[in-house]
Amino acid sequence: MKKTHIILLVCIAAAIVVLISYTGDLTTYETIASARQKEGKFVNLIVKMDKGQPLEYDAVKNPNYMSFTAVDSLGNNIKVVYHNNKPTDMEKSERLVLKGRVQGDHFECKDILLKCPSKYKDDPKAAQKNLQQSTS
Amino acid sequence: MNYIGEHLLPGQIGHFLGILSLIASLVATIAYFKASRLQLSPDQASWIRLARVAFLIESFCVVIGFAILYYLISNHMFEYKYVFTHSDKSLQTEYLFACFWEGMEGSFMLWSFWHCVLGWILIWKAKEWEAGVMTVISFAQFCIATMLLGIYVFDVKIGIGPFILSRTEGFFDMAPIFKDINTGALRQDYLTLLKDGTGLNVLLQNYWMVIHPPVLFLGFASTIVPFAYAFAGLMKKDHSWTKPALPWASFSAAVLGLGVMMGAAWAYESLSFGGYWAWDPVENASLVPWLTLVAGIHTNLIYRNSGYSLRTTYLFYIVSFVLVLYSTFLTKSGILGDTSVHSFTDLGMNFQLILFVLVFLIPALFLYIKNYKSIPAIQKEESTYSREFWIFIGSLVLFLAGIVIIAKTSTPVFNKVFGSKIAPPEDAEFSYNQIQIFVAVVIGLLTAVTQYFKYKDTAKEYFGKKILVPTVIAVVISLCISVFGNINYDKKGPGYLFAIHLAIFAAVYSVVANAAYIWLGLKGKIKAAGASVAHVGFGLVLVGILISSSKKTVLSWNTTGVSVLQAAEKGSKNPAGDPAENITLFKRMPTDMGKFMVTYEKDTLNPADRKRYFEINFKAKDGKETFSLYPDVIKQNKGGEGFSANPAAQHYWYKDIFVYITSFQENNREDTASFHSREAKVGDTLYYGNGFIVLNKVEKNPEALKSKYSDDETAVFLDMSVITKDGRRYAVKPGIALKGADQLRNLPDTVVSQSLVIQFNKVADSVNGTLEIGIKESGAITDLITLKVYEFPMINILWLGVVVMVIGFAMSVYQRIKSLKRGDLRVS
Repeated sequence: MKKTHIILLVCIAAAIVVLISYTGDLTTYETIASARQKEGKFVNLIVKMDKGQPLEYDAVKNPNYMSFTAVDSLGNNIKVVYHNNKPTDMEKSERLVLKGRVQGDHFECKDILLKCPSKYKDDPKAAQKNLQQSTS
Repeated sequence: MNYIGEHLLPGQIGHFLGILSLIASLVATIAYFKASRLQLSPDQASWIRLARVAFLIESFCVVIGFAILYYLISNHMFEYKYVFTHSDKSLQTEYLFACFWEGMEGSFMLWSFWHCVLGWILIWKAKEWEAGVMTVISFAQFCIATMLLGIYVFDVKIGIGPFILSRTEGFFDMAPIFKDINTGALRQDYLTLLKDGTGLNVLLQNYWMVIHPPVLFLGFASTIVPFAYAFAGLMKKDHSWTKPALPWASFSAAVLGLGVMMGAAWAYESLSFGGYWAWDPVENASLVPWLTLVAGIHTNLIYRNSGYSLRTTYLFYIVSFVLVLYSTFLTKSGILGDTSVHSFTDLGMNFQLILFVLVFLIPALFLYIKNYKSIPAIQKEESTYSREFWIFIGSLVLFLAGIVIIAKTSTPVFNKVFGSKIAPPEDAEFSYNQIQIFVAVVIGLLTAVTQYFKYKDTAKEYFGKKILVPTVIAVVISLCISVFGNINYDKKGPGYLFAIHLAIFAAVYSVVANAAYIWLGLKGKIKAAGASVAHVGFGLVLVGILISSSKKTVLSWNTTGVSVLQAAEKGSKNPAGDPAENITLFKRMPTDMGKFMVTYEKDTLNPADRKRYFEINFKAKDGKETFSLYPDVIKQNKGGEGFSANPAAQHYWYKDIFVYITSFQENNREDTASFHSREAKVGDTLYYGNGFIVLNKVEKNPEALKSKYSDDETAVFLDMSVITKDGRRYAVKPGIALKGADQLRNLPDTVVSQSLVIQFNKVADSVNGTLEIGIKESGAITDLITLKVYEFPMINILWLGVVVMVIGFAMSVYQRIKSLKRGDLRVS
């Protein structure tokens, strides 16, 4: 067997090991109900903010505490606690990807990804909404 | 129906040019293909002439189309959808280009434009390879032209046209104001009601957005050249293309690398991502083709110098270009929606985008497999003491590192295909770093030593003698960094910390050994030192990344003032694991932040760029320095509330102090509260809404407050402590100043964060020492901001490394072009 072949095999084996090791780290997208069952496990939730419920954030009291209620497409809701500043435009966001884990009655959120309509520049629906402001 | 005020002519011309360019590029493809099949035939010249005319028409269409779209944007013709959705009237002129490439249509036009430029250089220079190479490029132009078509063929929409009108896209369906009351149709004068466009996303209103996309797209576009050479080589079964393709591949790697790092610089300097690299799918998608391309350049070099690795060279160049197409699919299809901070939407073009990947992948792969056996390969294996052996190992590692990154980035695609629900890991960045740090170690070591080997075989004594000095220097320098650099990133355990130290050594080694090689190996011949310089740059990039990332520190740890509340409420450990990185600053109130006292002095709104600048004053506690930073926020445009923050940084040669605003509140309520008088003696406690106040003692003419009263006045100050419910303490010293018997000045003191004003009214009873104190609790809060402050040490090494690397690439491109002219084989 040639030296090159051995090295090739070692490298490919290393790459496979690396890829397998990733799968151990990977997390899953869950609904609120299924996330509650996996309490303490790190999950991703795709939710909306429940605008009927209050969003609690007061930079005077604590700039690193925000809490709000999230509701998913199945209609379940959960209180979310986020120890960071309130992301800009969060109320406007049509969809949030929350990363974190359920702890007791609430969801301890580590990171929030916003899907803002203003970023959806090519989305005709968002553009229609913008029209109103453009005319005034 | 005619609408008032519409400018339809430019759009019609643009649309016509779009269709013409589609036809012309198809003609060019066919003519070039014909020509490439007719080597050495008299007919070849006439096919090439036809192809060139077609490509000229094509280029003309692309350039004029480009100009028309810019004309529409700069004249604010909102009757066009692209103009309406990507620009508005308030934008500064320099951002009009940013509008141009904000959308998919504009970015495809930019790509197509670069193909034209590259195409003409190839027509000028490529000689016998013109027909084959230009077949591929013309075909790519044809594919891009279909993306920009925007017409329906049997109900299937092909492409998205940049010249589509707003009104035909149903934008006005939901807005009754544009409708004729009687007929329900669109009003004839609808344009008079359409005052402004929806504007450019504020995150993109930045000079980086003007320069980064053209560079990046030139990088993307130029990866087609080595691919096209390889493809033409497979068609012709002639492998001499590896020589002219080499400078092109180096050029492409230089520009693509620069484009990617400009994106990183943009993220660092202007976006509040808190860093320059986050392993975001969009970043990965443009990094991976660079890695495979660099691997391809190296195997190409091996082939030119030793005859090995030709098959891998083919594979790497093909994969690099296909990965560029794949990254176009990833970023433009909207499939990354849930994993990337960059939002892209599905424009209903996914099928077309997948097709774009496949029409290049399948033929190239087919030809590669079909001709695999006929591609020459040397059976005898390389010597362990040869340069080609170690370059090959390095290329392989780079290539596999790229494959691992792209495999991981593709999980959303995997989810889509197999219906699974895999999401990124908890610490997504670390999951990349823990692998890539070892890649950095291996690549660092290999770039350091490999140049000291000669092709074919190296005498052991020669190698040992030459490598000794650089190795010793590198060990000394990296030990100094390890020992005195305070690199103790222990969040991920000792193993990872060890890997960091190892990688720092490898990176330093790479810098030192390659710099030394210019003298030890090349005898100071700078002209031939392109590769060494590029390697030095690469090593510096690694050093910069390793030190700045492992030593990034948060200066705004909320340890004082407001944060006491945090600790009381949540315990010392933050359950979310995310650091409490925001510090709250009240206007004009110095706040303690580690080494500095920071003060939010004022803010000003600049009407020219619509940004609000905050003046944040930093005063080092040791009194050595004072500086002000001006981070700013820009209000979201129509359709968005809130703001987008732009950071500011204080640059030192060895570090950056980096600040950005995370939120701000303005006091706009009126102050209606009034003073309530209370009586107290020394040692008494007074209550207010949010806590209590202790009167400690009375001071007469205190030296410390000398600035508050003049020499001919007698001043009496009260030393008091305000203690809030949550345990914070503030010292206040209200006072009075008396001049003569009847002239009295009141000197109230405030606790800004409590909106509390305290004044010393008078002495109520001089016999038992009762004093009258006025307390006002204002309902209005003062202006405040929260901000994050980071320190990035050695970040400048990273940027310097990028510049050095690009210079190195440019040097080797120049050198190879010169050697092409001379016709000699070896450039090492």
